[in-house]
Amino acid sequence: MSSAKGLATRKSPYLFILPAFAILVGVLVLPVFSGIRLGFFEWALRDIGKDPEFVGLRNFMDIFRSENFHTSIRVTLIFTFSVVVLELFIGTVLALLLEKGVPGLRFFRTIFILPVMIAPVVVGVVWKFMYNPSYGKINYFLQVLGIEPVGWLSDPQMALISIIITDVWQWTPFVFLLILAGLQGVPQELNDASKVDGANYLQTLVHIKLPCLSNVIAVTAVLRLIDAFRGLVVMLIMTNGGPGVSTEILSLHLYKTAFTDQRLGKASAIAVVLLMIITLLSIFFITRSMKDEEL
Amino acid sequence: MKSVTRKRIGKTVLMIFVIIASLVCIFPIYEMISTSLKYDVDAFSLPPKWIFTPTFDNYTSIFVSSNFGRYFINSVIVALSATFFSVFLGALAGYSIARFRYKGKKLIVILTLLMRMIPPVILVVPVFILWTKMGISDTRFGLVIVYVALNLPFNIWVLKTFIADIPYSLDESAIIDGCSDWTVFRKIILPLIAPGIAVASIFTFRISWNEYILSLVLTNRFTRTLPVAVSLYLTDAGTEWGKITAIATIIAIPAFIFTFTAAKQLITGMTAGAVKG
Repeated sequence: MSSAKGLATRKSPYLFILPAFAILVGVLVLPVFSGIRLGFFEWALRDIGKDPEFVGLRNFMDIFRSENFHTSIRVTLIFTFSVVVLELFIGTVLALLLEKGVPGLRFFRTIFILPVMIAPVVVGVVWKFMYNPSYGKINYFLQVLGIEPVGWLSDPQMALISIIITDVWQWTPFVFLLILAGLQGVPQELNDASKVDGANYLQTLVHIKLPCLSNVIAVTAVLRLIDAFRGLVVMLIMTNGGPGVSTEILSLHLYKTAFTDQRLGKASAIAVVLLMIITLLSIFFITRSMKDEEL
Repeated sequence: MKSVTRKRIGKTVLMIFVIIASLVCIFPIYEMISTSLKYDVDAFSLPPKWIFTPTFDNYTSIFVSSNFGRYFINSVIVALSATFFSVFLGALAGYSIARFRYKGKKLIVILTLLMRMIPPVILVVPVFILWTKMGISDTRFGLVIVYVALNLPFNIWVLKTFIADIPYSLDESAIIDGCSDWTVFRKIILPLIAPGIAVASIFTFRISWNEYILSLVLTNRFTRTLPVAVSLYLTDAGTEWGKITAIATIIAIPAFIFTFTAAKQLITGMTAGAVKG
């Protein structure tokens, strides 16, 4: 950057950023801190007119001792790990297969954008319909193939798997699009050079393509990981966390603690835990994506 | 000769594979639209009726129910105003970050990046309390301002990148001609970042139009948006799948429009920050 680009004494850079800064602070930063503070108070939703009662670390002790919290951490870990691994694997394989160019690639790429664009609520509704045991299409297809019907959302063993399938359906195309964009960024000279050296496809893949892609893959993985921690709408719509608490991931557990159990303080303590996880992941994302960003 | 045949077989297998993948992608969407166009008898019949007489009964009956129109208008107002303000403020901030050097900039940039990842569910409780105290809970304004904030980090980031790609000499010659920074922004920067504005607008509109949790908590029966409306049909006794899929289809219409008219902008937006273009 040339030194001519503005001086520290000028007012206008501050004026230009002020409105955005004010909104970010007022609507995101302050509420986040007031939420953290609320984690140390006891406050019932119906007492919202009264003042909260300070209880120190009690909410945190509560959640760490609570069986449901442990379950929801376990569910969250299984869910996030499964979707990230499956989506990255399928998405990368698809991208590598289609990279060479299939007739109509642009058309297929457009099709693959669709699931990403659809509202989570809509995804939840549609898949709930398809998973329906008596008139859902999925069991019908299984029956055609001669497979016994499955209680997709009613069987505690299956419910989380069903939700993972739905997530893989919605987000694999996103991973595919990112990896494909990354592959198109691999310098053609490298591919050519390895061909000239007599490398076969597998060797080119392992020694040229995957190393070039490693940053894109890492960033995509973290993006998906963060999103998997953030999302709750599909579960809320399809199972409301059930049967039992078998699909109650952390963000849904937080929501239900606040608005079903009406314990705002305890919910805020859960929010603090979630916030710490997201912040750690975000720092990784930021350091990766700011790597060659000039400031 | 042999390798040519092998290549052809390989291509065919690949093609079949791609077609299956796109069918899997499309099927749930097909299922939603077709169910919304079916009479109940056809919607629930197994084996499924692939060929059926379409009906707009579900659509007319939701439009006739007085609340649907209101929810629809709420959704349009909320999404459009959130998009306008978030993109405009994002462009201003992006201009400030891309074109000036000043104290505290790095802090603001890092703050912005951190805020980009904030899960809406973390905001639900504190924002609900604060908005209730300030009396802007249950208003469309209260929801719009949250959406403006949630989308700002992405918009700042994308627009900053687009602005940085404009040659600085353009600004310089305008400044020499005596233009103020504001004039430079309005007359030079804004027209040149139109593609970036398109990307930012599509993403902000999509998120604001689709968002569920905050709308569920921050609105009432007068101000609620379509995603909340569809979930209310779901909890009613005896799920009316025809009507639900009709509303779901209406919610998905902007997604279809964007996908088929702006695929390029969508890919730019999705890869922003993840893949170096």
